[in-house]
Amino acid sequence: MGEALGLAIGLVLSGDADLAEIVGLSLRVSLTATGLACLIGLPIGALVAIGRFPGRSAVLVLMNALMGLPPVVVGLLVYLQLSRSGPLGFLGLLYTPTAMIVAQTILIAPIVAALSRQVLEDLHVEYAEQFRSLCLTTTQTVQALIWDARYSLLTVGLAGFGRAVAEVGAVIIVGGNIDHLTRVMTTAIALETSKGELALALALGMILLVIALVVNGAVQTIRMSAVRQAHV
Amino acid sequence: MSDAALITPLRAAHAPGPTPLLPLAVRDLTLRFGDTTVLDSVSFDLSPGGCTMIMGPNGAGKSLLLKLLHGLMAPTSGRIDWGGHSAHAATPRQALVFQKPVLLRRSVAANIDFVLKARRKDRARRDALLEHVGLAHKTRQPARLLSGGEAQRLALARALATDPEVLLLDEPTASLDPASILAIETIVAEARARGTRIICVTHDLGQARRMADEVVFLHRGRVAEQARAVDFFPQPRSAAARNYLDGRIVV
Repeated sequence: MGEALGLAIGLVLSGDADLAEIVGLSLRVSLTATGLACLIGLPIGALVAIGRFPGRSAVLVLMNALMGLPPVVVGLLVYLQLSRSGPLGFLGLLYTPTAMIVAQTILIAPIVAALSRQVLEDLHVEYAEQFRSLCLTTTQTVQALIWDARYSLLTVGLAGFGRAVAEVGAVIIVGGNIDHLTRVMTTAIALETSKGELALALALGMILLVIALVVNGAVQTIRMSAVRQAHV
Repeated sequence: MSDAALITPLRAAHAPGPTPLLPLAVRDLTLRFGDTTVLDSVSFDLSPGGCTMIMGPNGAGKSLLLKLLHGLMAPTSGRIDWGGHSAHAATPRQALVFQKPVLLRRSVAANIDFVLKARRKDRARRDALLEHVGLAHKTRQPARLLSGGEAQRLALARALATDPEVLLLDEPTASLDPASILAIETIVAEARARGTRIICVTHDLGQARRMADEVVFLHRGRVAEQARAVDFFPQPRSAAARNYLDGRIVV
């Protein structure tokens, strides 16, 4: 264990090319998926937050339930769509980073939608009468709510990114863990551990932890700055 | 320098709408929450121009009446006709300033920019509006760090940015210091002088005497009295208004 840890630190400090490639792909896939999930989830969350329609309670239950989507189930569903015999097989996306992005987007969009719905609904309670008084359109209301809740929504995005970058079940099914093509940190850790190559697995694990710390630290700094300026 | 001294006149005035919003006719307006009747067959008329103060003890239904007039609530029964047309929702030709201003989590300037952009108004007016309410020196400050009086002046500037024909005010100076009250009354008086119809809910007798052209006095959800200010204050006709003006406790 101690020897493996020493090797892992050496790998990280040496700037190993394979390690950098895996980390780079992980960040590219998870950040892209987080961005897409925000584009999909935020407007949905906002519309449910301000909308009053029949069946809203059922939608809320569904949104909350989808937060707990098992990654392997998402991976399987995306696999069935993208496999050669599936309806989207002609796109040839299976075992590509794009397929991994799609799977992660499906996995975290419900998280972004459900959490942002709560944040935006709380803010809307405060703003609703003022906005109605100003005769704002739904689009203007949604835009204003998202902008004014931007610091809280950053945390929502972070929760989504955390889920995406740490999951292994979906990306290993649709990505296949192909070296130099679809190998990301979590799938590499699983593979290297099964091979008994603990050094690379530990190095990737350390990097994952550092990424989590850096992202959390950055968001916390931004939020504290916002609180100081009374924007939260 | 006092808050009132910071205020400068505003040149822009509202453009008249396609049909005048006044006169206002309120007929048999009733509002119930379950078994509780908070407004009971309220009827009155308001003519164009001037300032009407809606007065009455706590629980008389003043603020709810204002929200009904603005279309933020729907009455249980009755009619509200603005300019001869029945109104069911807030119209962009009115603006309401709430007792507790709801400011966006943005800078002072951005709060005005938001309304100007939403209403497709000239964004260049922002500086004049902030100067008008004495906040030109706080343009970049977060709105939520303003004092109570400054926050209410920003809310007023935001309302005036919409060029309202009717400005509805719900106890705009409640809990404010005398300097802030003077500043806000000055801004409202200037809006009135430019032709904006003022309808204001107040508990402040001094303010009502200073600003009112007309008083609608509510008691227990009904109009106890509607009279010109010059008649109401020296000789109120209703017992409730008489007791209220005499400083007796009216419930």
